[in-house]
Amino acid sequence: MIRLIAFLVGIGFAGVALISLIAGMGPAFSDLSNYGRFVKPTVEHEFHKSPKPIKFQHDGPFGTWDAAQLQRGYQVYKEVCSSCHSLKYVAFRDLEQLGYSPEEVKALAAEWTNIRDIDSDTGEAITRPGLPTDTFPAPYPNNVAAATANNGVAPPDLSLMTKARPNGTAYVNSLLTGYGPIPAELKEQFPEFSTPDGGHFNEYFPNLNLAMAPPLTLDGQVSYADGTEATIPQMAADVSAFLTWTAEPSLVERKQRGWPVVLFLLFATVLAYFAKKHVWSDTKPKKAD
Amino acid sequence: MSFPWAREYTPTNGFMKFMDERLPLPRLVYNAVGAGYPVPRNLSYMWNFGVLAGFFLMLQIVTGIVLAMHYASNTEVAFATTEHIMRDVNWGWLIRYAHANGASFFFLVIYMHIFRGFYYSSYKAPREMVWLLGVVIFLLMMATAFMGYVLPWGQMSFWAAKVITGLFGAIPLIGEPLQVWLLGGYAPDNAALNRFFSLHFLLPFVIAGVVILHIWALHIPGSSNPTGVEVKKESDTLPFHPYYTAKDGFGLGVVLIIFMMFVFFMPNALGHPDNYIEANPLSTPALIVPEWYFYPFYAILRAFTFDFILPAKLWGVLAMFAAILIWFILPWLDKSPVRSGKYRPLFRIFFWILMLDMAALFYLGGAHAEEPYIMLSQIATAYYFLHFLVILPIISSIEKPDPLPYSITEAVLGSDDDAALNAKADSAA
Repeated sequence: MIRLIAFLVGIGFAGVALISLIAGMGPAFSDLSNYGRFVKPTVEHEFHKSPKPIKFQHDGPFGTWDAAQLQRGYQVYKEVCSSCHSLKYVAFRDLEQLGYSPEEVKALAAEWTNIRDIDSDTGEAITRPGLPTDTFPAPYPNNVAAATANNGVAPPDLSLMTKARPNGTAYVNSLLTGYGPIPAELKEQFPEFSTPDGGHFNEYFPNLNLAMAPPLTLDGQVSYADGTEATIPQMAADVSAFLTWTAEPSLVERKQRGWPVVLFLLFATVLAYFAKKHVWSDTKPKKAD
Repeated sequence: MSFPWAREYTPTNGFMKFMDERLPLPRLVYNAVGAGYPVPRNLSYMWNFGVLAGFFLMLQIVTGIVLAMHYASNTEVAFATTEHIMRDVNWGWLIRYAHANGASFFFLVIYMHIFRGFYYSSYKAPREMVWLLGVVIFLLMMATAFMGYVLPWGQMSFWAAKVITGLFGAIPLIGEPLQVWLLGGYAPDNAALNRFFSLHFLLPFVIAGVVILHIWALHIPGSSNPTGVEVKKESDTLPFHPYYTAKDGFGLGVVLIIFMMFVFFMPNALGHPDNYIEANPLSTPALIVPEWYFYPFYAILRAFTFDFILPAKLWGVLAMFAAILIWFILPWLDKSPVRSGKYRPLFRIFFWILMLDMAALFYLGGAHAEEPYIMLSQIATAYYFLHFLVILPIISSIEKPDPLPYSITEAVLGSDDDAALNAKADSAA
């Protein structure tokens, strides 16, 4: 009885799945014959590119931070990105990890003069210079203000940007250097394509139409304190490295802690293997008797 | 209960004797995972995964309790407290990555454990109860993992909560009120997050309770084994300790190495980048997917696209739940007296087709809902149900199994004196 019911239920579910299959086959195969693939090719599918590969010192299981690059990246963030993008999960004290001394961090924090606070005597809203314990201040008082000032799209917080996109570090780097005119080939295939609402064409952005105007526009836009030549690719790579650090300050510590753990476990597992072999040695089949 | 030749616990000193007469906890341990529990001597490493699942349950509970000390289940701050754990809590990043990857590894070893059960028909008499309790554990794990995934309140958390609770909305008549009741509102919000946190904290202890029943039920008949031939005598078994503690110890080491490589070197490889974006009810992600361990069932859910009498969405929901619930009747569908797939040539072919089918469903559940993936998932879904409900009962009736070894001893040692004696008696008669 139970098998008969099971049989009917099985035929039922399989049958309905196959009815769905047959119902969907017509449109799917007509798409296939029309476009040479199952889904109508969209402009995003044809022209959206995955990020350019780029190497960093923090890559790989032995990666370490390049403190000089992170300091340069911080400078790019401060002088370029921070006018629109917040970094709300990062505190000034964290900058010590970039190789700054506590005194330098104090001075760096004080350069940010727009920390919102309340006057402890009068209770009035004030702005004051930053302290190491503060997090980076948001450039806009709220999301509505941020959106209004930026063509209707609030610039996202950058703290976690490189973890919030697939292959995020390379993505940020590619996005910053990926602006350009709409290619002739694209205009040929998709004559109706445009970047509406003051958007900017960027082949690394999923819908190719990025609200952000190109932030890095000329070589030497930032004067690096360490004398490195501030080309656009250099600034893009530096700020991508910096944002990798903001997304996960413990990244390098994590990799370094991992090695002793894995090596210890390897050693313990080899011991466990021989212990197992030893324990089991008296159960071996004895052909002689 | 155990085999008559099980070693008896004898307290070795005064204190243990004192304990044994008042609270025989050492005796319980000795008889459960010690020298007092005889186990088939031929268990392969496929029998390692139960112990590993127990390990990962404990790991999830320990790391989870620490995380709960720093997390706040309020939509205003949930995402920020998760980042607080990652950045400011001492070793917080390690605890959280161990918990997130621990969930994945828990499911990984559970899937191995379940597939082992399929191949060796571990669900057959007299172990039906072990199997049924195991399916209950799996269902509880799924609920727990789903609610845990919502807690960081990232984009995937929010939209997964919306999609999964939306499934209840497909139920006729009571669907919508049920959904509102479950969520405490019309969309996932603070009420939902808070109750998910509460249940996510509670359910692991319920799982631990059912695990105790699962092990208790297992200890009545004892473990199955790769031949599927029941234990006949003492030479078929070895004491759990030291033989299987040593074997499981080695297996645990191997899995821990792989686990730690994920935790320390690629902790986000099994996660989704969108969950590092704070939940935003106004922005729908391009692709809403659950965690990888739900992919097969998500693929089944999405395979139904045609309103055949009932709405397609309802078919999908019914099929998704049925896909797991049918495991409950598995012991009564597969009537073959032979347990092990090793001696079932026809069954073995279909078992490997099922594994391919599962692999396909795993892939398709994570793919975009577009052709050809939809068609492939419809075929894979159809096979999934046909396998368990139609093919398995039929082959268990028509199949001619290969000859079984007389005993586990014969399978391991190549000969068994008792078998020779029996054969002699048979031929004499």
